[in-house]
Amino acid sequence: MKPAPFDYVRPGSLAEACEVLAGDEDARVIAGGQTLIPMLAMRLARPTRLVDILRLKELRGIRSDDDAIVIGAVTRQVEVERSEIVRCGLPLLAKALPWIGHPPTRNRGTVGGSIANADPSAEIPLVAVTLGAEIEIANSSGRMGMPADEFFIGPMLTSVMPGDCVAAIRFPLWPHPRIGTSFHEVSARQSDFAFVATAAQVAIDDAGRCLDATLGIGGVGDRALRIDVASLIGEEVGKLSISDVVRAGTADLEASSDLHATADYRRRVAAVLGTRALEDAFAEARSRDKAVRCKAVQCKAVQ
Amino acid sequence: MKVKLNVNGRAREADVEPRKTLLDTLREDFLLVGSHAGCEHGVCGACTVLIDGEPSRACLMFAAQADGYEITTIEGLAPAPGELSIVQDAFCETHGLQCGYCTPGMILTAHALLTRNDAPSRGDIVEAISGNICRCTGYGQIVEAVEFAADRLRKTNAPRKMQRTPTDEVGRADASDKSVLEGAHTHGPRGGRS
Repeated sequence: MKPAPFDYVRPGSLAEACEVLAGDEDARVIAGGQTLIPMLAMRLARPTRLVDILRLKELRGIRSDDDAIVIGAVTRQVEVERSEIVRCGLPLLAKALPWIGHPPTRNRGTVGGSIANADPSAEIPLVAVTLGAEIEIANSSGRMGMPADEFFIGPMLTSVMPGDCVAAIRFPLWPHPRIGTSFHEVSARQSDFAFVATAAQVAIDDAGRCLDATLGIGGVGDRALRIDVASLIGEEVGKLSISDVVRAGTADLEASSDLHATADYRRRVAAVLGTRALEDAFAEARSRDKAVRCKAVQCKAVQ
Repeated sequence: MKVKLNVNGRAREADVEPRKTLLDTLREDFLLVGSHAGCEHGVCGACTVLIDGEPSRACLMFAAQADGYEITTIEGLAPAPGELSIVQDAFCETHGLQCGYCTPGMILTAHALLTRNDAPSRGDIVEAISGNICRCTGYGQIVEAVEFAADRLRKTNAPRKMQRTPTDEVGRADASDKSVLEGAHTHGPRGGRS
């Protein structure tokens, strides 16, 4: 359980980090290290060089724009968990965070690390896909944004190329005043890898009609996926239509079987948890009086 | 490579390979063997130390990454040689340990919880120690120990800052209030509870 030897560098800027990464194909980025270090210890990964970006100030912090909340890649999960901006503006992410690992791993694990690691059952990638977040990737030629849908390719596989570094994640804010969210997960024990995780966000108008709805499912296949629930939009949502829509959307999900859960079981749970997530989200939206958009979201300060 | 670490309030220096974890450095270079090596891949919690007051896995951090932080190990909790901190003493009183392998991690995790929140619910305690595995006690007495320690802490008059207190300040607060600690020893089992 000891890693193979490697070089350790701690660049002083993102540009310098990208330069090092571009010059060495076998270099890996390390931030919180909560997944990478076990992989090194079990020798599933043997990089020649670790590029430590954890202390790069330009990659840290939670910032609120007009239409998005931008979270720097090396912002620790615990900082997001305690963030007022996130609790108000991204309630879905706030609800997902307590499901990530254990408190001590959230103390060191980063948001960008979870994104770049792309575990199919991980919570932050699921929220990113559900909300249609944009992943900002930096490399020696600059920065570019990529939709989460395109970013995640498969289990532990992303569109990050050698020399690239995840810089920030941009979670869009919905313009609607009445929003409801819900996050559910089934695993063997709390904090274990999810067999199935579901995330839902909905918006309704004052008449109780659905203005927008999104449902994401993780842990079932090889990456988090968005389920098509567009047919709910414009409807006054009753219970029956939700479960029908979700069942139709999850019927031919590609699911994986392993020691813990069969593909069939995962699909069944996905339909049930997906329905529950949407129902809870609608219930939360309805329970809000013409909710005023949270003031913290308008706050521009970097936390 | 040379690393300079701040461990239990003291500046320490070691010459380590980049692949050496903070845990191995604490144990082998600084002989602070109270941090235990369990699974060595972040699952069991036996190696928990406080990094700037927050419980973290010492096996999931390289010594090379750990400079500049306040690192607190179980050796850094006791106010003076031969004494116990309030949390340590509560674990003794309620039989919150059997083999003792998980205990340093449990105590540091509990210490961090009680620094933030001196009236935790049972749920808060269970959530806080959920990343620390104990194979002996069944957790019942550990939860009791933390509740007991919280109770004693609430009854002390020592000034405590509840939000994000750097660990060394808590250590000093403990040390400065000697009567409380002596009082803790004279209580019978669960004596502090009303």
